[in-house]
Amino acid sequence: MARKKLHATLEAGTGTYVLVALVAIVSIFPLYYTIVMASHTNAEMAASPPPMFPNTSFFGNIHKALEMAPLNKGLINSIIVSGCITAGTVALCTLAGFAFAKLRFKGRNVLLGICIGTMMVPTQMGVIPLYMLMAKWGLAGHLTSVILPTLVTAFGVFFMRQYISKAVPDELIESAYMDGASTTKVFLQIVVPAVRPAMAVLGMLTFLTAWNDFFWPLITLNSGNPTIQVAFQSLASGFAPQQSIIMAGTLYGTIPVLIVFALLGRQIVGGIMEGAVKG
Amino acid sequence: MTSTLTTEPAAGDLSRRRPRRTPSAAPQGRRSAGSRIAYVYILPFFLVFAAFSVYPWLDTAWISLHNVRLSTYDQREWVGLANYKDLLTNHFFWNAFRNTLTIGVISAVPQLAIALGIAHLLNHKLRGRTFFRVAILMPYATSLAAATVIFLELYSPQYGLINWFLDLAHLPKVDWQNSKWPAQFAIASIVMWRWTGYNALIFLAGLQAVDQELYAAASVDGAGKWGQFRHITLPGLRPTIIFAIVVSTIGSAQLFGEPLLYHGGLPDGGSAGQYQTLGLLMYQQGWANDRLGLASATAWSMFVIILAAVLVNLVISRRRERKAG
Repeated sequence: MARKKLHATLEAGTGTYVLVALVAIVSIFPLYYTIVMASHTNAEMAASPPPMFPNTSFFGNIHKALEMAPLNKGLINSIIVSGCITAGTVALCTLAGFAFAKLRFKGRNVLLGICIGTMMVPTQMGVIPLYMLMAKWGLAGHLTSVILPTLVTAFGVFFMRQYISKAVPDELIESAYMDGASTTKVFLQIVVPAVRPAMAVLGMLTFLTAWNDFFWPLITLNSGNPTIQVAFQSLASGFAPQQSIIMAGTLYGTIPVLIVFALLGRQIVGGIMEGAVKG
Repeated sequence: MTSTLTTEPAAGDLSRRRPRRTPSAAPQGRRSAGSRIAYVYILPFFLVFAAFSVYPWLDTAWISLHNVRLSTYDQREWVGLANYKDLLTNHFFWNAFRNTLTIGVISAVPQLAIALGIAHLLNHKLRGRTFFRVAILMPYATSLAAATVIFLELYSPQYGLINWFLDLAHLPKVDWQNSKWPAQFAIASIVMWRWTGYNALIFLAGLQAVDQELYAAASVDGAGKWGQFRHITLPGLRPTIIFAIVVSTIGSAQLFGEPLLYHGGLPDGGSAGQYQTLGLLMYQQGWANDRLGLASATAWSMFVIILAAVLVNLVISRRRERKAG
């Protein structure tokens, strides 16, 4: 490729397409092969060469998987848990992010610094007291015990603060104050409308993280009232090695996210990239 | 996201832009009202944060100085630093430490390098680029539980697809479960599969933020492709790369779900502990062995290890920056 063509006008040759296609195949193939495994019987999967195309045993396998683990309950629980966490995180982190970006108060930089520093704390450091706390409050095994501790994230505050700093001009806020607007009014009528895209991005990322969260839900929930991830665990930990059924169950519990992803993929990709630059 | 490592106020910061001594410039009531009402805005966040994050962290530190059992949680027997001493002389702790380190390195280093390469590829003018971007993000949407269960089948020694292909290529089959390095590689590959695409998009965003005119200028100056990569792309991407390295380090140190599910939900990390991580060990100490004090000591050790690793990363990158600058 000629040097002057670099970058902005970086043209893709055949080699580029081949490599990119290869990356896409590696990304998608395990999911495709899950469909293949989920739609055959165990005996068929043991054949050589192994099957490469979907078959007809899918619904039978799912039926058995649903008997082995409460996948439907897991899905509903996951929707409730992720929805509540997303709503809480977006609301509380936007409030705090606004204060850190545009208001002046004592201890602001120290508090923000502490907040950012805590992103290094491993989940493991809080789970034992949390577990006992939830037991004491009678919340062990309840969805509330999953929602409460994850209701805010330091990342969310930082993310919103960065976006608000850049997306809302100070002049706009100044002139609103000149006109006698209260801080509440500034927040609701200027800041929130201006940072709605960032709230959407934070919402998507939070939902996905909450949906995929494994460690804390595994500890606090039991197999009778699981999130979908905890249900996967009990499905995969069954004593009988019935791969096809495990695969069918895994696929069943993953399909909702994949559908959302296929529909909103463009927005999610845009959100992640936007967040990387603006943040 | 890319400027996570700096805490200085943002460019548009009101307080810095307005000198303190010109009260006429700022509306009078605002500053005092603003400062008091600011606490109302951060209060909900910090209440939840204090109750469900800060308090448990501190209590974990306190518990680590005691012998505590789940059944008799409130009867704590003071043992001072005995749990930490126990860890330092404990074969299981050092095994888990080494495994966490090696799995972390074999998952993070290739992952970030490949992600950089993919970002470069995606930075071309591509037909169907949205499709490619969504495709490489599909693994990120797949949960770690689902991904591990799926890969467990692909790596299955008997009927797994991967061993079938090895066999087809007249290579010896590999025991991806019981041999140490293959098992660690298999677990690392799950992490890589899930996160490479995500990191590639982060890098791509960083690439697109690099001033395009620099490339034109460089090529006028006769810089080759490699020169442009070294002197424009890499410095431009540096904050993004450091951010990605720090995030990967923090994530790797806590690795838990993949090795747990890779052994069917058992916390021992394989028959000989060949892939037991610190996260798994902490879980095993607490919930299988009922030694909450020891588990708490492990949890705090993990934090110290992360802190040290992040500091090392930052020091190295600062030094490189100074050299480069």
